[in-house]
Amino acid sequence: MEKTTLTEKGIAEFNVEEIRRNFPILSTKAHGKPLVYLDNAASSQKPQVVIQKLVDYYSSLNANIHRGVHYLSQKASQEFDDVRVKVQEFINAASEREIVFVRGTTEAINLVASSFGRKNLNAGDEVLISAMEHHSNIVPWQMICEERKAVLKVIPMNDRGEISLDEYASLLSSKTKIVSIVHTSNSLGTVNPVKEMIRLAHAKNIPVLVDAAQGIVHTVIDVQDLDCDFLAFSGHKMLGPTGVGILYGKEKQLEDMPPYQGGGEMISSVSFEKTTYNEIPFKFEAGTPNIADVIALGTAVDYYKSIDRNAAFEYEHYLMTECSRLLAEIPGVRLIGTASNKASVVSFVIDNVNAMDAGMYLDTMGIAVRTGQHCTAPVMQQFCIPGTIRASFMFYNTIEEVHALIEGVKKAIKLLK
Amino acid sequence: MSVLDLEKEIIEDFELFDEWEEKYQYIIEIGQKLPPLDDKYKLDENKIKGCQSSVWLHAYAKDGLVYFEADSDSTFVKGEIALLIKVLSGQPAAEVVNAPLAFIDTIGLRQHIAVTRANGLSSMIKQMKLYAVGMNSKQ
Repeated sequence: MEKTTLTEKGIAEFNVEEIRRNFPILSTKAHGKPLVYLDNAASSQKPQVVIQKLVDYYSSLNANIHRGVHYLSQKASQEFDDVRVKVQEFINAASEREIVFVRGTTEAINLVASSFGRKNLNAGDEVLISAMEHHSNIVPWQMICEERKAVLKVIPMNDRGEISLDEYASLLSSKTKIVSIVHTSNSLGTVNPVKEMIRLAHAKNIPVLVDAAQGIVHTVIDVQDLDCDFLAFSGHKMLGPTGVGILYGKEKQLEDMPPYQGGGEMISSVSFEKTTYNEIPFKFEAGTPNIADVIALGTAVDYYKSIDRNAAFEYEHYLMTECSRLLAEIPGVRLIGTASNKASVVSFVIDNVNAMDAGMYLDTMGIAVRTGQHCTAPVMQQFCIPGTIRASFMFYNTIEEVHALIEGVKKAIKLLK
Repeated sequence: MSVLDLEKEIIEDFELFDEWEEKYQYIIEIGQKLPPLDDKYKLDENKIKGCQSSVWLHAYAKDGLVYFEADSDSTFVKGEIALLIKVLSGQPAAEVVNAPLAFIDTIGLRQHIAVTRANGLSSMIKQMKLYAVGMNSKQ
């Protein structure tokens, strides 16, 4: 494996120690050892400003929004509405009306599968996903396909964990009603050529949903440049709280779709004879939203704006590349997912060592990694493995932490082999 | 030795270690020494449900005592089973059923393992005790 191509100057200039001071949890201990948190693809840690925002919200702002005429309600409503604009700017959406608050990526995909699917899928129609999807971009489509008698088709990937654009193009047909594709694989780290995939789909008038749960964390995403029809991502993986996420949808797509859930907020008028629905995005936001977490997500977006995102992503890439290179040098270690374009994730197996035993041993040293299938069982089936050990990096990780992992893996091989 | 004496012995063994990392290494070493289970017993009906790893448990009665043999694809799980086997295998069925197994908490095992693993451990204990209940009622 080739050594990192990034400039040493760029890496040296990235002040990770200053960044780490913003994340209080990074100075805690696990089993009495300094925490080495390398499970960022599962959930990121939160900067102090995000944690403080939650405290401030409940201490001085808490009220239901878009209903009351009173002081608190108006103030909370204003802060909540501001976040929609912040997120719009963050992904460069054309309008704030295209930003729907949801619980997370999973709910965003379920919303589109259900609403878009009910409107557009009929018997014999096809939905196209890839072989590296997370269960949350497989199961919602299986459910709606079963209901609508449609067919779920899968774009294959090679042994490096890459999709072939030719094979993809050959699967796009007049029967294809939507493509739903992961931006960055959570188990392999592959960054897919989504822009090109969207272009190819649009040439046949097929809309595309991009699962950006990982992608939003390691790439600057511009939805107008990508031209995706939908984009789904979670707050908790991008420094924000759990329980909040975003569905971006092109205005026209959202207008055409029926509501997902019924209740308050999503209506314009209600009588027992007839209910008319609110306009987008409120049509898709039934009930009292997750006000506190949405507001704190806005602070996470502010935090991203306060740092040099491109430098941070380059630095993450450096950590991933170094980790891959050092792991590949250890006899018995096999990397799973060696695509030429990767982000953050290093998945690997060790010959004759149970992945969970290794993960647990690393945990005794304070090193947090993920072991298992990573909610991508079909990926593990393709590689004929029960699961992997996965290290995933954020810009607050250090090269010393990479070295700690490498030493831990060497110790694990010694003990467990 | 009685169940309680055996539990005490394990607790004393673990008192040698301060850190969870050392205890983990010790459990792995015990697991590596667990005699392999004959393949003929690695049947689906002997598989314990509720474990993340594959665990096979074979139980039999001899001269009024209950005996256990087991295997797993995880060395750590084998270590856990080896501890349980040390305490429970070769005991009268009633002793197995009533074994407090407080050593699991005393040595800090349960507090250090993930919830899914702790559930797996509970499933193993439940299955061992169920065998003993079954044998007890036959006697």
